[in-house]
Amino acid sequence: MEHLLEMMGDRKRWAILMGAVFIIGAAWIWLSAVPASATPSGEISSPLEGFAAPDFTLELMQGGEVTLSDLRGRVVIVNLWASWCPPCRAEMPALQRLYEDNHERGLEILAVNSTFQDSAGAAQDFVDELGLTFLVPLDRSGDVSRLYQLRALPSTFFIDRHGVIRQVVLGGPMSEATLQVAVESLMDEMP
Amino acid sequence: MFPVLQIGSLALRLPGLLLIVGLWLATFLVDREAPRRGVSGAVVNSLIFYALIGGLLGARLGYALGYFDVYLKNPLALISLNPDALAPLEGAVSAGIVALIYAQRKRLPLRPTLDVLAPGLSLFAVFVGLAHLSSGDAYGAVTQVPWAIELWDAMRHPAQVYEILLAAIVFGLIWWLSSRSAFTGFLFLSWLSLAAAGRLILEAFRGDSAIVLGGLRLAQLVSLAILMLALVALHVLAKREESSPAPQS
Repeated sequence: MEHLLEMMGDRKRWAILMGAVFIIGAAWIWLSAVPASATPSGEISSPLEGFAAPDFTLELMQGGEVTLSDLRGRVVIVNLWASWCPPCRAEMPALQRLYEDNHERGLEILAVNSTFQDSAGAAQDFVDELGLTFLVPLDRSGDVSRLYQLRALPSTFFIDRHGVIRQVVLGGPMSEATLQVAVESLMDEMP
Repeated sequence: MFPVLQIGSLALRLPGLLLIVGLWLATFLVDREAPRRGVSGAVVNSLIFYALIGGLLGARLGYALGYFDVYLKNPLALISLNPDALAPLEGAVSAGIVALIYAQRKRLPLRPTLDVLAPGLSLFAVFVGLAHLSSGDAYGAVTQVPWAIELWDAMRHPAQVYEILLAAIVFGLIWWLSSRSAFTGFLFLSWLSLAAAGRLILEAFRGDSAIVLGGLRLAQLVSLAILMLALVALHVLAKREESSPAPQS
Protein backbone atom coordinates (compact mmCIF):
# COMPACT_ATOMS: atom_id res chain seq x y z
CA MET A 1 0.00 0.00 0.00
CA GLU A 2 2.77 2.44 1.00
CA HIS A 3 4.62 1.46 -2.12
CA LEU A 4 1.58 2.16 -4.29
CA LEU A 5 1.06 5.60 -2.77
CA GLU A 6 4.70 6.46 -3.22
CA MET A 7 4.48 5.42 -6.85
CA MET A 8 1.30 7.41 -7.34
CA GLY A 9 3.06 10.60 -6.32
CA ASP A 10 6.11 9.91 -8.49
CA ARG A 11 5.42 11.41 -11.89
CA LYS A 12 7.87 9.26 -13.83
CA ARG A 13 6.92 5.91 -12.36
CA TRP A 14 3.21 6.67 -12.55
CA ALA A 15 3.60 7.71 -16.19
CA ILE A 16 5.29 4.39 -16.95
CA LEU A 17 2.47 2.51 -15.22
CA MET A 18 -0.16 4.49 -17.12
CA GLY A 19 1.65 3.85 -20.39
CA ALA A 20 1.67 0.13 -19.64
CA VAL A 21 -2.02 0.14 -18.70
CA PHE A 22 -2.85 2.00 -21.89
CA ILE A 23 -0.89 -0.38 -24.12
CA ILE A 24 -2.36 -3.48 -22.46
CA GLY A 25 -5.87 -1.97 -22.57
CA ALA A 26 -5.57 -1.01 -26.22
CA ALA A 27 -4.18 -4.44 -27.12
CA TRP A 28 -7.08 -6.09 -25.29
CA ILE A 29 -9.59 -3.93 -27.18
CA TRP A 30 -7.89 -4.87 -30.43
CA LEU A 31 -7.89 -8.58 -29.56
CA SER A 32 -11.55 -8.50 -28.59
CA ALA A 33 -12.68 -6.61 -31.69
CA VAL A 34 -15.85 -8.13 -32.83
CA PRO A 35 -16.21 -11.47 -34.55
CA ALA A 36 -19.61 -12.19 -36.06
CA SER A 37 -20.75 -14.01 -32.91
CA ALA A 38 -20.48 -10.96 -30.70
CA THR A 39 -23.57 -9.04 -31.71
CA PRO A 40 -27.20 -10.02 -31.55
CA SER A 41 -27.85 -11.86 -34.72
CA GLY A 42 -30.99 -11.63 -36.80
CA GLU A 43 -30.31 -15.24 -37.77
CA ILE A 44 -30.61 -16.85 -34.34
CA SER A 45 -34.20 -16.91 -33.17
CA SER A 46 -34.98 -16.30 -29.53
CA PRO A 47 -37.69 -14.40 -27.63
CA LEU A 48 -35.34 -11.50 -26.91
CA GLU A 49 -34.71 -8.01 -28.24
CA GLY A 50 -32.37 -8.06 -31.21
CA PHE A 51 -33.11 -11.65 -32.20
CA ALA A 52 -35.32 -13.08 -34.92
CA ALA A 53 -38.81 -13.81 -33.59
CA PRO A 54 -39.30 -17.58 -33.24
CA ASP A 55 -41.61 -18.70 -36.04
CA PHE A 56 -44.87 -20.55 -35.48
CA THR A 57 -48.04 -21.64 -37.22
CA LEU A 58 -51.28 -21.69 -35.23
CA GLU A 59 -54.96 -22.24 -35.85
CA LEU A 60 -57.03 -19.04 -35.64
CA MET A 61 -60.12 -18.45 -33.52
CA GLN A 62 -61.60 -16.80 -36.62
CA GLY A 63 -60.89 -19.97 -38.66
CA GLY A 64 -57.89 -20.84 -40.81
CA GLU A 65 -54.24 -20.63 -39.81
CA VAL A 66 -51.57 -18.00 -39.45
CA THR A 67 -47.79 -18.30 -39.82
CA LEU A 68 -45.73 -15.54 -38.27
CA SER A 69 -43.07 -15.51 -40.99
CA ASP A 70 -45.78 -14.93 -43.65
CA LEU A 71 -46.27 -11.48 -42.11
CA ARG A 72 -42.68 -10.39 -42.93
CA GLY A 73 -42.77 -6.84 -44.27
CA ARG A 74 -45.41 -5.79 -41.74
CA VAL A 75 -44.94 -4.64 -38.14
CA VAL A 76 -46.30 -7.40 -35.87
CA ILE A 77 -47.28 -7.35 -32.21
CA VAL A 78 -47.41 -10.81 -30.62
CA ASN A 79 -49.39 -10.56 -27.39
CA LEU A 80 -49.74 -13.68 -25.24
CA TRP A 81 -52.86 -13.59 -23.09
CA ALA A 82 -55.52 -15.55 -21.23
CA SER A 83 -59.14 -14.63 -20.52
CA TRP A 84 -58.72 -15.11 -16.75
CA CYS A 85 -55.78 -12.67 -16.56
CA PRO A 86 -57.01 -9.19 -15.49
CA PRO A 87 -54.11 -7.11 -16.90
CA CYS A 88 -54.48 -9.00 -20.22
CA ARG A 89 -58.16 -8.06 -20.35
CA ALA A 90 -57.39 -4.49 -19.35
CA GLU A 91 -55.04 -3.82 -22.24
CA MET A 92 -57.15 -5.38 -25.01
CA PRO A 93 -59.23 -2.25 -25.75
CA ALA A 94 -56.00 -0.26 -26.22
CA LEU A 95 -54.68 -2.95 -28.57
CA GLN A 96 -57.93 -2.84 -30.53
CA ARG A 97 -57.76 0.95 -30.97
CA LEU A 98 -54.11 0.70 -31.95
CA TYR A 99 -55.02 -1.92 -34.53
CA GLU A 100 -57.85 0.17 -35.98
CA ASP A 101 -55.58 3.22 -36.28
CA ASN A 102 -52.60 1.42 -37.81
CA HIS A 103 -53.73 -1.70 -39.64
CA GLU A 104 -53.87 0.14 -42.96
CA ARG A 105 -50.30 1.37 -42.43
CA GLY A 106 -49.03 -2.18 -42.03
CA LEU A 107 -49.66 -3.27 -38.44
CA GLU A 108 -50.70 -6.83 -37.57
CA ILE A 109 -51.63 -7.97 -34.08
CA LEU A 110 -51.47 -11.65 -33.14
CA ALA A 111 -53.19 -11.96 -29.77
CA VAL A 112 -52.07 -15.52 -29.02
CA ASN A 113 -54.45 -17.05 -26.51
CA SER A 114 -52.73 -19.44 -24.08
CA THR A 115 -55.54 -21.91 -24.73
CA PHE A 116 -53.69 -24.74 -22.97
CA GLN A 117 -54.23 -22.86 -19.70
CA ASP A 118 -57.48 -21.16 -20.70
CA SER A 119 -60.60 -22.38 -22.47
CA ALA A 120 -61.38 -21.65 -26.10
CA GLY A 121 -64.98 -20.88 -25.09
CA ALA A 122 -64.05 -18.29 -22.47
CA ALA A 123 -61.57 -16.73 -24.89
CA GLN A 124 -64.25 -16.60 -27.62
CA ASP A 125 -66.72 -14.93 -25.23
CA PHE A 126 -64.17 -12.31 -24.27
CA VAL A 127 -63.25 -11.56 -27.90
CA ASP A 128 -66.95 -11.24 -28.80
CA GLU A 129 -67.67 -9.03 -25.80
CA LEU A 130 -65.00 -6.52 -26.78
CA GLY A 131 -65.54 -6.89 -30.52
CA LEU A 132 -61.86 -7.55 -31.19
CA THR A 133 -61.08 -7.63 -34.90
CA PHE A 134 -57.39 -8.59 -34.97
CA LEU A 135 -56.20 -12.18 -35.38
CA VAL A 136 -56.48 -14.45 -32.34
CA PRO A 137 -54.34 -17.59 -32.74
CA LEU A 138 -55.05 -20.44 -30.29
CA ASP A 139 -52.06 -22.03 -28.56
CA ARG A 140 -53.77 -25.30 -27.60
CA SER A 141 -50.61 -27.31 -27.01
CA GLY A 142 -48.61 -24.59 -25.22
CA ASP A 143 -45.83 -24.93 -27.81
CA VAL A 144 -45.78 -21.23 -28.68
CA SER A 145 -45.88 -20.20 -25.02
CA ARG A 146 -42.84 -22.42 -24.45
CA LEU A 147 -41.14 -21.12 -27.60
CA TYR A 148 -41.55 -17.58 -26.27
CA GLN A 149 -40.48 -18.66 -22.76
CA LEU A 150 -43.74 -17.35 -21.35
CA ARG A 151 -43.32 -16.51 -17.66
CA ALA A 152 -45.79 -13.70 -17.18
CA LEU A 153 -49.18 -12.90 -18.68
CA PRO A 154 -49.52 -10.78 -20.66
CA SER A 155 -46.21 -10.82 -22.54
CA THR A 156 -45.89 -8.64 -25.59
CA PHE A 157 -43.31 -8.77 -28.38
CA PHE A 158 -42.91 -5.95 -30.92
CA ILE A 159 -41.52 -7.34 -34.16
CA ASP A 160 -40.18 -5.16 -36.97
CA ARG A 161 -40.71 -5.53 -40.70
CA HIS A 162 -37.68 -7.82 -40.95
CA GLY A 163 -39.01 -10.24 -38.35
CA VAL A 164 -36.65 -9.09 -35.60
CA ILE A 165 -37.94 -8.57 -32.04
CA ARG A 166 -37.34 -4.94 -31.11
CA GLN A 167 -39.05 -4.65 -27.76
CA VAL A 168 -40.36 -7.06 -25.13
CA VAL A 169 -42.86 -6.03 -22.47
CA LEU A 170 -43.47 -8.56 -19.69
CA GLY A 171 -46.61 -7.95 -17.66
CA GLY A 172 -49.22 -5.27 -18.17
CA PRO A 173 -51.52 -3.60 -18.74
CA MET A 174 -49.71 -1.38 -21.22
CA SER A 175 -51.13 2.08 -21.76
CA GLU A 176 -52.21 3.09 -25.23
CA ALA A 177 -49.40 5.64 -25.27
CA THR A 178 -46.80 2.96 -24.61
CA LEU A 179 -48.21 0.87 -27.43
CA GLN A 180 -48.44 3.79 -29.83
CA VAL A 181 -44.85 4.85 -29.13
CA ALA A 182 -43.51 1.32 -29.57
CA VAL A 183 -45.30 0.88 -32.87
CA GLU A 184 -44.70 4.36 -34.26
CA SER A 185 -40.93 4.02 -34.50
CA LEU A 186 -41.21 0.61 -36.21
CA MET A 187 -43.83 1.86 -38.66
CA ASP A 188 -41.53 4.54 -39.99
CA GLU A 189 -38.80 2.05 -40.89
CA MET A 190 -38.67 0.99 -44.51
CA PRO A 191 -39.52 -2.63 -45.21
CA MET B 1 -32.60 -17.16 -16.00
CA PHE B 2 -35.62 -16.41 -13.88
CA PRO B 3 -36.93 -12.98 -14.82
CA VAL B 4 -40.42 -13.02 -13.34
CA LEU B 5 -41.72 -14.14 -9.99
CA GLN B 6 -45.34 -15.05 -10.62
CA ILE B 7 -47.54 -14.87 -7.52
CA GLY B 8 -51.10 -15.52 -8.67
CA SER B 9 -51.86 -12.78 -11.17
CA LEU B 10 -49.05 -10.59 -9.84
CA ALA B 11 -45.91 -10.65 -11.96
CA LEU B 12 -42.93 -9.34 -9.99
CA ARG B 13 -39.91 -8.59 -12.09
CA LEU B 14 -37.00 -10.17 -10.30
CA PRO B 15 -34.24 -8.00 -11.84
CA GLY B 16 -35.88 -4.84 -10.50
CA LEU B 17 -36.28 -6.45 -7.10
CA LEU B 18 -32.57 -7.37 -7.03
CA LEU B 19 -31.59 -3.79 -7.90
CA ILE B 20 -33.74 -2.49 -5.04
CA VAL B 21 -32.11 -4.94 -2.62
CA GLY B 22 -28.68 -3.82 -3.86
CA LEU B 23 -29.59 -0.18 -3.36
CA TRP B 24 -30.92 -0.90 0.11
CA LEU B 25 -27.71 -2.69 1.14
CA ALA B 26 -25.64 0.13 -0.39
CA THR B 27 -27.30 2.64 1.95
CA PHE B 28 -25.95 0.63 4.92
CA LEU B 29 -22.45 0.94 3.51
CA VAL B 30 -22.98 4.69 3.17
CA ASP B 31 -23.90 4.83 6.86
CA ARG B 32 -20.79 2.83 7.73
CA GLU B 33 -18.45 4.89 5.59
CA ALA B 34 -19.76 8.39 6.26
CA PRO B 35 -18.52 8.96 9.85
CA ARG B 36 -14.94 8.10 8.85
CA ARG B 37 -14.97 10.95 6.33
CA GLY B 38 -16.76 13.54 8.42
CA VAL B 39 -19.91 13.48 6.31
CA SER B 40 -23.45 12.79 7.47
CA GLY B 41 -24.64 9.38 6.25
CA ALA B 42 -28.26 10.51 6.44
CA VAL B 43 -27.57 13.46 4.15
CA VAL B 44 -25.75 11.29 1.61
CA ASN B 45 -28.58 8.77 1.64
CA SER B 46 -31.07 11.59 1.08
CA LEU B 47 -28.90 12.70 -1.81
CA ILE B 48 -29.22 9.21 -3.34
CA PHE B 49 -32.97 9.22 -2.79
CA TYR B 50 -33.56 12.64 -4.36
CA ALA B 51 -31.24 11.86 -7.26
CA LEU B 52 -33.24 8.67 -7.94
CA ILE B 53 -36.56 10.52 -7.87
CA GLY B 54 -35.13 13.28 -10.06
CA GLY B 55 -33.69 10.70 -12.43
CA LEU B 56 -36.99 8.86 -12.72
CA LEU B 57 -38.96 12.05 -13.39
CA GLY B 58 -36.40 13.27 -15.92
CA ALA B 59 -36.34 9.91 -17.68
CA ARG B 60 -40.12 9.76 -18.04
CA LEU B 61 -40.47 13.42 -19.10
CA GLY B 62 -37.59 13.05 -21.53
CA TYR B 63 -39.26 10.00 -23.02
CA ALA B 64 -42.65 11.72 -23.25
CA LEU B 65 -41.12 14.79 -24.93
CA GLY B 66 -39.81 12.50 -27.65
CA TYR B 67 -43.39 11.35 -28.32
CA PHE B 68 -45.13 14.60 -27.48
CA ASP B 69 -48.29 14.01 -29.56
CA VAL B 70 -49.00 10.62 -28.05
CA TYR B 71 -48.65 11.87 -24.48
CA LEU B 72 -50.61 15.05 -25.20
CA LYS B 73 -53.58 12.89 -26.18
CA ASN B 74 -53.08 10.61 -23.20
CA PRO B 75 -51.41 12.56 -20.36
CA LEU B 76 -52.25 9.92 -17.74
CA ALA B 77 -49.71 7.64 -19.42
CA LEU B 78 -47.04 9.87 -17.86
CA ILE B 79 -47.53 8.01 -14.58
CA SER B 80 -47.65 4.53 -16.15
CA LEU B 81 -45.55 1.99 -14.28
CA ASN B 82 -43.98 0.72 -17.49
CA PRO B 83 -40.19 0.83 -17.02
CA ASP B 84 -39.67 0.69 -20.79
CA ALA B 85 -41.05 4.20 -21.20
CA LEU B 86 -37.95 5.84 -19.75
CA ALA B 87 -35.14 7.72 -21.50
CA PRO B 88 -31.85 6.68 -19.81
CA LEU B 89 -29.69 9.64 -20.86
CA GLU B 90 -32.23 12.30 -19.85
CA GLY B 91 -32.69 10.39 -16.60
CA ALA B 92 -28.98 10.32 -15.81
CA VAL B 93 -28.60 14.03 -16.59
CA SER B 94 -31.53 15.08 -14.41
CA ALA B 95 -30.36 12.78 -11.57
CA GLY B 96 -26.95 14.46 -11.78
CA ILE B 97 -28.46 17.94 -11.71
CA VAL B 98 -30.67 17.11 -8.70
CA ALA B 99 -27.67 15.57 -6.88
CA LEU B 100 -25.56 18.67 -7.56
CA ILE B 101 -28.24 21.07 -6.37
CA TYR B 102 -28.87 19.03 -3.22
CA ALA B 103 -25.15 18.69 -2.47
CA GLN B 104 -24.68 22.45 -2.89
CA ARG B 105 -27.58 23.28 -0.59
CA LYS B 106 -26.38 20.84 2.07
CA ARG B 107 -22.79 21.98 1.54
CA LEU B 108 -21.59 18.43 1.00
CA PRO B 109 -17.85 18.36 0.23
CA LEU B 110 -17.36 16.69 -3.17
CA ARG B 111 -14.45 14.31 -2.67
CA PRO B 112 -15.36 12.97 0.79
CA THR B 113 -18.93 12.43 -0.45
CA LEU B 114 -17.71 10.45 -3.47
CA ASP B 115 -15.47 8.39 -1.16
CA VAL B 116 -18.49 7.65 1.02
CA LEU B 117 -20.39 6.43 -2.04
CA ALA B 118 -17.61 4.16 -3.37
CA PRO B 119 -18.22 0.99 -1.27
CA GLY B 120 -21.97 1.23 -1.88
CA LEU B 121 -21.45 1.67 -5.61
CA SER B 122 -19.15 -1.36 -5.77
CA LEU B 123 -21.67 -3.52 -3.88
CA PHE B 124 -24.52 -2.27 -6.09
CA ALA B 125 -22.54 -3.41 -9.14
CA VAL B 126 -22.68 -7.00 -7.80
CA PHE B 127 -26.47 -6.75 -7.74
CA VAL B 128 -26.52 -5.32 -11.27
CA GLY B 129 -24.74 -8.54 -12.27
CA LEU B 130 -27.29 -10.64 -10.38
CA ALA B 131 -30.11 -8.72 -12.08
CA HIS B 132 -28.52 -9.45 -15.46
CA LEU B 133 -28.25 -13.13 -14.54
CA SER B 134 -31.91 -13.17 -13.62
CA SER B 135 -33.15 -11.43 -16.76
CA GLY B 136 -30.69 -12.95 -19.22
CA ASP B 137 -29.66 -9.47 -20.35
CA ALA B 138 -26.01 -8.50 -20.86
CA TYR B 139 -25.54 -11.97 -22.32
CA GLY B 140 -22.27 -13.48 -23.52
CA ALA B 141 -20.87 -14.05 -26.99
CA VAL B 142 -21.36 -17.40 -28.69
CA THR B 143 -18.49 -19.72 -27.74
CA GLN B 144 -17.39 -23.34 -27.46
CA VAL B 145 -15.54 -23.15 -24.14
CA PRO B 146 -16.40 -26.12 -21.86
CA TRP B 147 -18.15 -23.86 -19.32
CA ALA B 148 -20.45 -22.26 -21.91
CA ILE B 149 -24.11 -22.01 -20.92
CA GLU B 150 -27.11 -22.38 -23.19
CA LEU B 151 -28.90 -19.09 -23.41
CA TRP B 152 -31.01 -17.45 -26.11
CA ASP B 153 -30.71 -20.52 -28.34
CA ALA B 154 -26.91 -20.70 -28.42
CA MET B 155 -23.98 -21.82 -26.27
CA ARG B 156 -22.58 -18.62 -24.80
CA HIS B 157 -20.02 -17.27 -22.36
CA PRO B 158 -21.71 -16.98 -18.95
CA ALA B 159 -20.97 -13.24 -19.12
CA GLN B 160 -23.36 -12.48 -16.26
CA VAL B 161 -21.37 -14.83 -14.00
CA TYR B 162 -18.10 -13.15 -15.07
CA GLU B 163 -19.74 -9.82 -14.32
CA ILE B 164 -20.74 -10.92 -10.81
CA LEU B 165 -17.27 -12.35 -10.09
CA LEU B 166 -15.48 -9.21 -11.32
CA ALA B 167 -17.83 -6.97 -9.35
CA ALA B 168 -17.29 -9.10 -6.23
CA ILE B 169 -13.50 -8.82 -6.61
CA VAL B 170 -13.77 -5.04 -7.03
CA PHE B 171 -16.05 -4.87 -3.98
CA GLY B 172 -13.55 -6.90 -1.94
CA LEU B 173 -10.69 -4.61 -2.94
CA ILE B 174 -12.67 -1.45 -2.19
CA TRP B 175 -13.71 -2.88 1.17
CA TRP B 176 -10.05 -3.55 1.94
CA LEU B 177 -8.94 -0.13 0.75
CA SER B 178 -11.71 1.72 2.59
CA SER B 179 -9.84 1.53 5.92
CA ARG B 180 -6.52 2.39 4.27
CA SER B 181 -7.63 5.40 2.29
CA ALA B 182 -4.60 7.62 1.78
CA PHE B 183 -6.16 10.93 0.75
CA THR B 184 -9.64 12.28 0.03
CA GLY B 185 -10.81 11.12 -3.36
CA PHE B 186 -8.55 8.06 -3.24
CA LEU B 187 -11.29 5.53 -2.55
CA PHE B 188 -13.67 6.83 -5.21
CA LEU B 189 -10.96 7.05 -7.87
CA SER B 190 -9.77 3.56 -6.95
CA TRP B 191 -13.31 2.27 -7.45
CA LEU B 192 -13.63 4.14 -10.74
CA SER B 193 -10.32 2.67 -12.02
CA LEU B 194 -11.19 -0.87 -10.94
CA ALA B 195 -14.75 -0.72 -12.28
CA ALA B 196 -13.52 0.63 -15.62
CA ALA B 197 -10.80 -2.04 -15.82
CA GLY B 198 -13.39 -4.71 -14.99
CA ARG B 199 -15.71 -3.55 -17.74
CA LEU B 200 -12.78 -3.38 -20.17
CA ILE B 201 -12.09 -7.07 -19.48
CA LEU B 202 -15.72 -8.21 -19.30
CA GLU B 203 -16.91 -6.51 -22.47
CA ALA B 204 -14.72 -8.81 -24.58
CA PHE B 205 -17.00 -11.72 -23.66
CA ARG B 206 -20.31 -9.93 -24.14
CA GLY B 207 -22.60 -10.77 -27.02
CA ASP B 208 -24.56 -7.51 -27.09
CA SER B 209 -21.83 -4.88 -27.48
CA ALA B 210 -22.47 -1.62 -29.27
CA ILE B 211 -19.94 -1.57 -32.11
CA VAL B 212 -18.10 1.46 -33.47
CA LEU B 213 -15.25 2.13 -35.89
CA GLY B 214 -15.58 -1.13 -37.77
CA GLY B 215 -15.58 -3.71 -35.00
CA LEU B 216 -14.39 -2.01 -31.81
CA ARG B 217 -16.63 -2.23 -28.74
CA LEU B 218 -17.83 1.19 -27.59
CA ALA B 219 -17.96 0.22 -23.90
CA GLN B 220 -14.28 -0.78 -23.99
CA LEU B 221 -13.19 2.51 -25.54
CA VAL B 222 -15.19 4.45 -22.94
CA SER B 223 -13.84 2.26 -20.12
CA LEU B 224 -10.22 2.73 -21.19
CA ALA B 225 -10.74 6.51 -21.37
CA ILE B 226 -12.29 6.55 -17.87
CA LEU B 227 -9.49 4.34 -16.54
CA MET B 228 -6.80 6.66 -17.89
CA LEU B 229 -8.55 9.79 -16.54
CA ALA B 230 -8.96 8.17 -13.12
CA LEU B 231 -5.25 7.26 -13.05
CA VAL B 232 -4.31 10.85 -13.95
CA ALA B 233 -6.61 12.16 -11.22
CA LEU B 234 -5.05 9.77 -8.68
CA HIS B 235 -1.62 11.16 -9.52
CA VAL B 236 -2.77 14.79 -9.33
CA LEU B 237 -4.42 14.26 -5.92
CA ALA B 238 -1.42 12.30 -4.60
CA LYS B 239 0.90 15.15 -5.64
CA ARG B 240 -1.37 17.72 -4.04
CA GLU B 241 -1.45 15.65 -0.88
CA GLU B 242 2.36 15.52 -0.81
CA SER B 243 2.74 19.27 -1.14
CA SER B 244 0.15 20.08 1.55
CA PRO B 245 -0.14 17.17 3.94
CA ALA B 246 -3.41 17.45 5.79
CA PRO B 247 -4.51 15.27 8.68
CA GLN B 248 -6.69 12.40 7.56
CA SER B 249 -9.67 11.16 9.46
